[in-house]
Amino acid sequence: MSYISKPKVSHPKSKKNNIGLKRRDYEGVVSTLCAGCGHDSITAALIQAVYELAIEPHRLAKVSGIGCSSKTPAYFVSQSHGFNSVHGRMPSVATGANAANRDLTYIGISGDGDSLSIGMGQFAHVIRRNLDMTYIIENNGVYGLTKGQYSASADIGSKKKKGPANQQKPIDPVSMGIALGSTYVARGFSGDKEQLVPLIKGAISHKGFGLLDIISPCVTFNDNPESTKSYSHVRKSQNEVVDADFVPPAEEILTKYKEGEAMPVSLHDGSKIVFRKVDKNYDPTSRAGAYSYLRESQAKQEIITGLLYIDKEADDMHESSGSSSIPLSEISYEELGPGKKELANIMNRFR
Amino acid sequence: MKTQNNKNLPPRVNDCVIKIATVNGTGSASANGLLLKALFRMGIPVVGKNYFPSNIQGLPTWYEVRVTKDGYHSASNDIDIVIAMNVQTYEKDLASVQSGGWLVYDSTWPRSKLLDRNDISVIGIPFSKLCIENFEGIRSRILMKNIAYVGALAALLKIDLDIIKTLLNETFAKKKHLAKSNLEAIMLGYNYVIKNLTNPLPITVKKINKTKDHIIIDGNTAAGLGCVYAGATVGAWYPLTPSTSLMDAYETFCSQFRKNKKDDKNNYCIIQAEDELAAIGMVLGATWNGARAFTPTSGPGISLMSEFIGFAYYSELPAVIFNIQRTGPSTGMPTRTQQCDLLTCAYASHGDTRHPMLFPANPEECFHMTVNAFDLGDELQTPIFVMSDLDIGMNDWMSSDFEWDNKYEPKKGKVLSAEQLEKLENFYRYFDSDGDGIPYRSLPGVHPKGSFFTRGSGHNKYGGYTEEGHEYQEVVDRLKVKWNTARKMVPKPDIKYSKTNKIGVIAFGSSDGATNEAIIKLRKSGLKVNYCRIKSFPFNESIKKFIDKHEKIYVIEQNRDAQMRSLLILDLEVNPSKLFSILHYDGNPIYANLIVRELLDNESIA
Repeated sequence: MSYISKPKVSHPKSKKNNIGLKRRDYEGVVSTLCAGCGHDSITAALIQAVYELAIEPHRLAKVSGIGCSSKTPAYFVSQSHGFNSVHGRMPSVATGANAANRDLTYIGISGDGDSLSIGMGQFAHVIRRNLDMTYIIENNGVYGLTKGQYSASADIGSKKKKGPANQQKPIDPVSMGIALGSTYVARGFSGDKEQLVPLIKGAISHKGFGLLDIISPCVTFNDNPESTKSYSHVRKSQNEVVDADFVPPAEEILTKYKEGEAMPVSLHDGSKIVFRKVDKNYDPTSRAGAYSYLRESQAKQEIITGLLYIDKEADDMHESSGSSSIPLSEISYEELGPGKKELANIMNRFR
Repeated sequence: MKTQNNKNLPPRVNDCVIKIATVNGTGSASANGLLLKALFRMGIPVVGKNYFPSNIQGLPTWYEVRVTKDGYHSASNDIDIVIAMNVQTYEKDLASVQSGGWLVYDSTWPRSKLLDRNDISVIGIPFSKLCIENFEGIRSRILMKNIAYVGALAALLKIDLDIIKTLLNETFAKKKHLAKSNLEAIMLGYNYVIKNLTNPLPITVKKINKTKDHIIIDGNTAAGLGCVYAGATVGAWYPLTPSTSLMDAYETFCSQFRKNKKDDKNNYCIIQAEDELAAIGMVLGATWNGARAFTPTSGPGISLMSEFIGFAYYSELPAVIFNIQRTGPSTGMPTRTQQCDLLTCAYASHGDTRHPMLFPANPEECFHMTVNAFDLGDELQTPIFVMSDLDIGMNDWMSSDFEWDNKYEPKKGKVLSAEQLEKLENFYRYFDSDGDGIPYRSLPGVHPKGSFFTRGSGHNKYGGYTEEGHEYQEVVDRLKVKWNTARKMVPKPDIKYSKTNKIGVIAFGSSDGATNEAIIKLRKSGLKVNYCRIKSFPFNESIKKFIDKHEKIYVIEQNRDAQMRSLLILDLEVNPSKLFSILHYDGNPIYANLIVRELLDNESIA
């Protein structure tokens, strides 16, 4: 962890985004996580992403559960609203918050323990609702705060710093996300910020559930060479199947992609995600294709990263339930209360 | 047809109890509803109690209609007439008739002589035979058999046939052929009795004028309507008997009154959650964002919600939680009633927590207390429990028409607007600037200055994370100040007091009807008592004064462990030796005679 907090000033010449804010304006309090923790790199990518998207800080809602990962919301965008809820229950809070005010940007930060064990039920169901939010799993294969027990994402044979190797089958959030119908599924690596920033920006701009599984090594309990969630192992096994670039609404798509390799997908806010195919056979709009590719690469013990699946047409929770486009929390009582006369009419139905 | 013997009950008008024993899933619910409504439209006060199984089809079910010219609101345990349509429960049903009463059975098949009782009259009507002769198809024959008993009862009790016809036409306005066949079935039962009845029953009904400006409604419908009138926009729930019909009602009323003027879409969002843990999480997410949100549930749901309830208490988020109590512990008897979750709700969740509770005693109070609960939740920034139960929630109650004041404005409490935030130098979420223990809150997205971090972990008055003992303590001590503010804000008790009475009774919720009736009956037996009906927790000081003024207090409640008595001792520090209990907890609604008997026995009045 850093012991000296940085002063809240920045160089007068540092760049400003579209709403006149600097990158420093999107920072949070100093992280209390271990020095070198993958989660802090993800925080840095998050700050970069929301800065570049020029999100108004107070219109950003950060939600989390419990665990090392769930502490993260405190470390970015201090001027936004945070909700650090109970263990494994962040999806329900995000659902209710979004039901009440659909106009805010929701970023949920969870971990492999928070989402794949105690919170498995809520994780599955928030996907089913296609809630319009970004859902980040900071995945390190261990429980950090309780000092190093295996989590449900630990691979068979993976070995943490102390104790025997893991024997139980892992739960892969990406395969689950695709199987359960998540409409945006990506995997990243905390050590690859260049790939991470556009993946986060894409998830935020995507209208619907944006799932990001980010391998984030735990330097204290699970960064030894025998661990499949260590820096060295991920660097060795990472295979960028589909790289993605995020293009904001106003910018033209750069022509650096070769014909046949680039596939721009427009998002609801007018921005685009440009898929750059590293593997020529990969089609990120095919759920079945994405799923089988994932299974094949698992068999080869490869960790595939990038944007693996996107469906931008699916209805989100509000569209499915038919709720008003105006945030429910902003509708005046005048419009909500049926009044005295209607009550008298209602009474007549019960005689 | 023999309808009398020498031990028959004396003649009575508009005062009797009819119990109908059927099999669930056979259309008996509509027949029973028709019977209740017909009596109500004759101007006679009625009570309808449904005793149903936790099952969809094929198990025994009973419906009890109490015809009560005096307008009592509770069940009666003295059954005058049983309509025994279910062979499975025949023996039990026969035993339930009070001496001198009547049993009506389906005489299509022979009845064992072993099932005779010579202190009652048995009336055989060949319902099945009549329906087989007149209707086609098994399903329709079963359904019509159940409608036919309404016809038989109409003839036996002298229920107005024209009212029944009107009701059928209203019910089947869009399906005229059904109105016709139902009426045919009714006339089968009716005509059979008229043709074969030799001696008319001494128990009859007659038109009076005691139901004007009244309705028949259940508490869950009333509470669902209350949510609409309170301006609630987010409802999250997991289906759970006996709370389910509350959300059904909310949805029905919303679909009618909640279309957005601009985009014609819904001004509400109902989310069927994956479980109760998620349902309460959704409520908290929604209230965090400033919407009025609620969840209806019952005991098992409360157990699951407990962690989040503590979170809401500590992070100070509003929530309205309806607990439609059912018989516990564990799964218990899901379709039976109790007042058994008082301690669970009062102190739900780990750590030092306490929560306000409201105790509606009838559907009308379900409606008004629902609105009150949303106001209190927003003003106090804490979860509020509406402690209804299966008896109030799912049974048919006669109630005065609900009134509404168009001047009502939701009390949103201390929520800072963008303008107010702009003027502030700094906003701190948990400052007690007013000394009432209630801090100011801001809503996400309103103003950059309003940002703060909501957390269930240790926090100081600024809203920051803390592990400092004194900072932590400062916040939880303030929460106690807020608790005493709540004490002054929640509904006050109803107290009926006379200096000359030495004994006091305390009751609440669905025990109120039986208690009121018992007090009237006790007076006739020469025992006069004072009555304090508790409407909320934390307890008002006037409850302590009421207890102090009496030598002896009886606390009437529907649970085994005298939970209200414990709560009174805990919250008011009253002398336990003064508090005696009258308890009823077999899962059926409490009735007046039980209270009368226990009080007379205890006070040694013969």
